[in-house]
Amino acid sequence: MAEGHATIIPQLLADNEQTLLRDWMESQKKSGALRGGQISDAELTEASRRLLAALRSGAATGQFADITAPAWDQSRTVLEDVSRSHATLGLTPSETATFVFSLKEPLFALLREKVGKDPDRLAHETWIATMLLDKLGLYTVETFQKTREDIIARQQQELLELSTPVVRLWEGILALPLIGTLDSSRTQIVMESLLEEIVTSGAQIAIIDITGVPTVDTLVAQHLIKTVAAARLMGADCLISGIRPQIAQTIVHLGLELGVVSKATMADAFALALRQLGKAVVDRGPARQEV
Amino acid sequence: MAEIPVLKIGDCLLVSIQVDMHDRLAMELQDDLTNRIVSERARGVMIDISALEIVDSFIGRMLNNIAAMSRVLDAVTVVVGMRPAVAITLVELGLSLTGVRTALNVDKGLALIRKAIDDPGGVLGRREG
Repeated sequence: MAEGHATIIPQLLADNEQTLLRDWMESQKKSGALRGGQISDAELTEASRRLLAALRSGAATGQFADITAPAWDQSRTVLEDVSRSHATLGLTPSETATFVFSLKEPLFALLREKVGKDPDRLAHETWIATMLLDKLGLYTVETFQKTREDIIARQQQELLELSTPVVRLWEGILALPLIGTLDSSRTQIVMESLLEEIVTSGAQIAIIDITGVPTVDTLVAQHLIKTVAAARLMGADCLISGIRPQIAQTIVHLGLELGVVSKATMADAFALALRQLGKAVVDRGPARQEV
Repeated sequence: MAEIPVLKIGDCLLVSIQVDMHDRLAMELQDDLTNRIVSERARGVMIDISALEIVDSFIGRMLNNIAAMSRVLDAVTVVVGMRPAVAITLVELGLSLTGVRTALNVDKGLALIRKAIDDPGGVLGRREG
């Protein structure tokens, strides 16, 4: 192994930047980088140009063994940007990795052109180049994976928050439309947000709408009963609405007792809530154009 | 030793619990309150627990007892100002204070007592019994 040989890669990168960029772009296009249409030619060229420039300054220090070294900071930043934008745009991991790996073809061609007459030297240079690009490629995929995981975690959190809104229907009346299955952690969040809203709005009646709850079993019923009991301790009455015929049958077959007033639709529950607060909605005859 | 003051507002009595309760204090409060209900001819009792961050089964039972005693003396009991965290804890403990009426704050508690006194058989009277 020609360990003693100084590598010509830094020199190569510095002298042939334009040629490399052109060939690399061609190689990327050949492998279908632009086929999906998520990323434009200009963006790809810009990213490739930035990476080449960063590689050149990294290679100039001659530290090829360790890409976590400060010399490669710039390259890592470029790769992080690329994999992050690829992850957000919904590209696949292999498409992201190909961005780096497709640089091998033009780089190796260039090496063969320069030192092709010396097989030992060629093998040595190719080995250094391939090690470097493999490490950078793996780093890109790792970042890509991490970005995807972050996105998933954020979406889970958003889903949790989005699925439990507390709506003010009227002065003193809150609505809590539940969507999706009620498990312990959701019940906890639902309960907390309902009680907080009771405190801030001073509501006396809360309507829990379970139209969007797919099934009601003993566990879901128990969670509902808990929420109702907690709201009652805060001085608010609960009504349950949106009970579908199928769910009514299930509740009876399971022998569940919710212990609260329940209505088939939210409209019925709202009408009852208004009546309990001593309010009425009156029909004022045919609708008039507002002046 | 600290004593819990019982304030008279019209024909209602207001008790605000702001210190840690223990057996002796609870007994004294029950004693004091029942005496006052009789002497003032009070129709309603309001217990404010907005200062309490922790309510355990002991306080829960005490609240239930006071409500039951007041009921015997023909006074309505309302617990007001429970914090959300306390409400959740009580429910998780399985104590939903079914014998006690609740209101969000003192204002709403007074309104609830008025309503219960004026309309004993109404919708709000349902919870008794």
